[in-house]
Amino acid sequence: MADIVLDHITKKYGDGYEAVKSMDLEIKDGEFMILVGPSGCGKSTALNMIAGLEDISDGELKIGGEVVNSRAPKDRDIAMVFQNYALYPHMTVRENMGFALKLAKVDQKEIDRKVEEAAETLDLTEHLDRRPANLSGGQRQRVAMGRAIVREPKAFLMDEPLSNLDAKLRVQMRTEVAELQDRLGTTTVYVTHDQTEAMTLGDRVAVMRSGILQQVDTPGELYNDPVNLFVAGFIGSPSMNFVHGKVSGNEIELPFTTLPLTEDLRSAVGDSDGREVIAGLRPEHFEDAELVGDHLGAGVTFEAKIDLVESMGSELYAYFDAGSDQVDKVEQAASEAGLDELAGGDTNQIVARLAPESKARRGETLKLWVDQDRLLLFDPETGERLRA
Amino acid sequence: MENTGREKTLWTIALVLVLIFALIPVLWIISLSFKTPATITDQSFIPTEFSFENYESLFKGGISESPFIKPLINSLGIALITTFISIILASFAAYAIARLDFPGRSVMLAGALAIAMFPPISTVGPLFDMWRALGLYDTWPGLIIPYLTFSLPLAIYTLVAFFREIPWDLEKAAQVDGATPFQAFRKVIVPLAAPGMFTAAILVFIFAWNDFLFAISLTSSDASRTVPAALAFFTGDSTFTQPTGSIAAAAVIVTVPIIIFVLLFQRRIVAGLTSGAVKG
Repeated sequence: MADIVLDHITKKYGDGYEAVKSMDLEIKDGEFMILVGPSGCGKSTALNMIAGLEDISDGELKIGGEVVNSRAPKDRDIAMVFQNYALYPHMTVRENMGFALKLAKVDQKEIDRKVEEAAETLDLTEHLDRRPANLSGGQRQRVAMGRAIVREPKAFLMDEPLSNLDAKLRVQMRTEVAELQDRLGTTTVYVTHDQTEAMTLGDRVAVMRSGILQQVDTPGELYNDPVNLFVAGFIGSPSMNFVHGKVSGNEIELPFTTLPLTEDLRSAVGDSDGREVIAGLRPEHFEDAELVGDHLGAGVTFEAKIDLVESMGSELYAYFDAGSDQVDKVEQAASEAGLDELAGGDTNQIVARLAPESKARRGETLKLWVDQDRLLLFDPETGERLRA
Repeated sequence: MENTGREKTLWTIALVLVLIFALIPVLWIISLSFKTPATITDQSFIPTEFSFENYESLFKGGISESPFIKPLINSLGIALITTFISIILASFAAYAIARLDFPGRSVMLAGALAIAMFPPISTVGPLFDMWRALGLYDTWPGLIIPYLTFSLPLAIYTLVAFFREIPWDLEKAAQVDGATPFQAFRKVIVPLAAPGMFTAAILVFIFAWNDFLFAISLTSSDASRTVPAALAFFTGDSTFTQPTGSIAAAAVIVTVPIIIFVLLFQRRIVAGLTSGAVKG
């Protein structure tokens, strides 16, 4: 076991394209670190550089305190789980799992013992003598995990290991992976594009975009305290609502209502009256005004015409129009922040997550309440979060 | 459904016709090889007098006297050595072409193709002179080298296609598992490319085994003359008998290794060995 330190790691290809730009990341011993971001953000490249499958153009990589930049993958003592599992088709499950130990010239008895132990953990004992072709997707996935754990390496590297599984199996395996990592306590770097996996699995999550590390934090902090528009929009499902806002005195004018600014936000925007900002509000910070009790904090009530209602049973999503005159500015800022592919294009619609008892009906006007303390403000030019 | 029935019949008829066309000459050679010298010209398809005389005459006198045993050894040796070297070299070359992005990769492939297209006859004259000067004339290497030249492009092309089918992640997995690049190649890539290797091996072997042009031009004695060339030098038992019977018998014998080769490896030449490696 070991910690992994990325010190200004850069990947530059022959054509000048930089896939990873000066990435600084410290992964503690035993930590479960998630690299998350949309496709093409450089997260897999970063992982491959840690594994040694891609050369590091610049910067220093340390595993367990040693600089390993120029070491071959085999000398880094790390195990990797691939998206497509990459099982050796000409070997049985047993041989697949024992391959690394065999290469390391471990005693055959010892190999058998370790493989059987790992198979026990992963529920693969009865499949040990079958070949990967005869296994189901979930079993192959477990073999790939098994191949990694028998080696007791310094670190696990996982490259979207669950993305080829169907939805139900993915949730089940997600729990298994989390339990396994917890039990083994091995440093793990896990790459995914799925923000749900990132939120549920990791001790800490590193959000990347276009080769640049945006924010590294615990899932809770990322959710509540994003540093910029991109992280705010990427983390959370359904994603955060963004609307155009204009500061006026101690208040901010939003398309559908006016909210008082908290003291922190007040100092964050400075005293420039009339400043234009992007306001972010998560769906769950809205509520049906009739259902708001005393237990919720200070808020503002406004009326909105509901366009669409989706009932999930445990909750209810109400969509309403933000007012089209604001759309352009928000859209521009969102696309600069790389959110256009995430927001589903329709920045015009606000999603509110309401309690299932809500009487929201399509086409009717509903009194909505919004939590004024949870408002986040962003700079429309840079996308940076405005804070005190 | 009526249509498919009729189609089936038509296909069957077509297949039978092709089979007859292809197999009649083979059967004829077999029939000839069992005829006695007296009946060889009797024009009957089935031998009237059945005998092994032709086969016996091929091996009569042991290795020193027989016109056939030494060429057979030459043929086997030269073809096997060619196949072995060709497959080893081609698998390295093909692996590099399929996997690595190096400058001149496409030039290399184009060059290989150009060599394969080159008419061998135009190289025979220069080779004859060069080989005599270098002392390679009428030796095994004298034939193995030109065979390698013309079989390598074929083998490289076949193997590149097979290597490309193998998921690259397998190799990465092997490297992370602690394999050196060569171990990854030998323990993971080669077993998976085995069907391709056997296909290429058979093609190269048949090419070397069947060649007549180089064999007749670059040899002068039993030291390196292969069977196809040796057949041309067969003589009858006396000045007045045609060697038809012994040529037929020799032709039958040289076909046998090819059949054995193909039968041995045909089960391995089944693609789909890679299924199950990755989610497909």
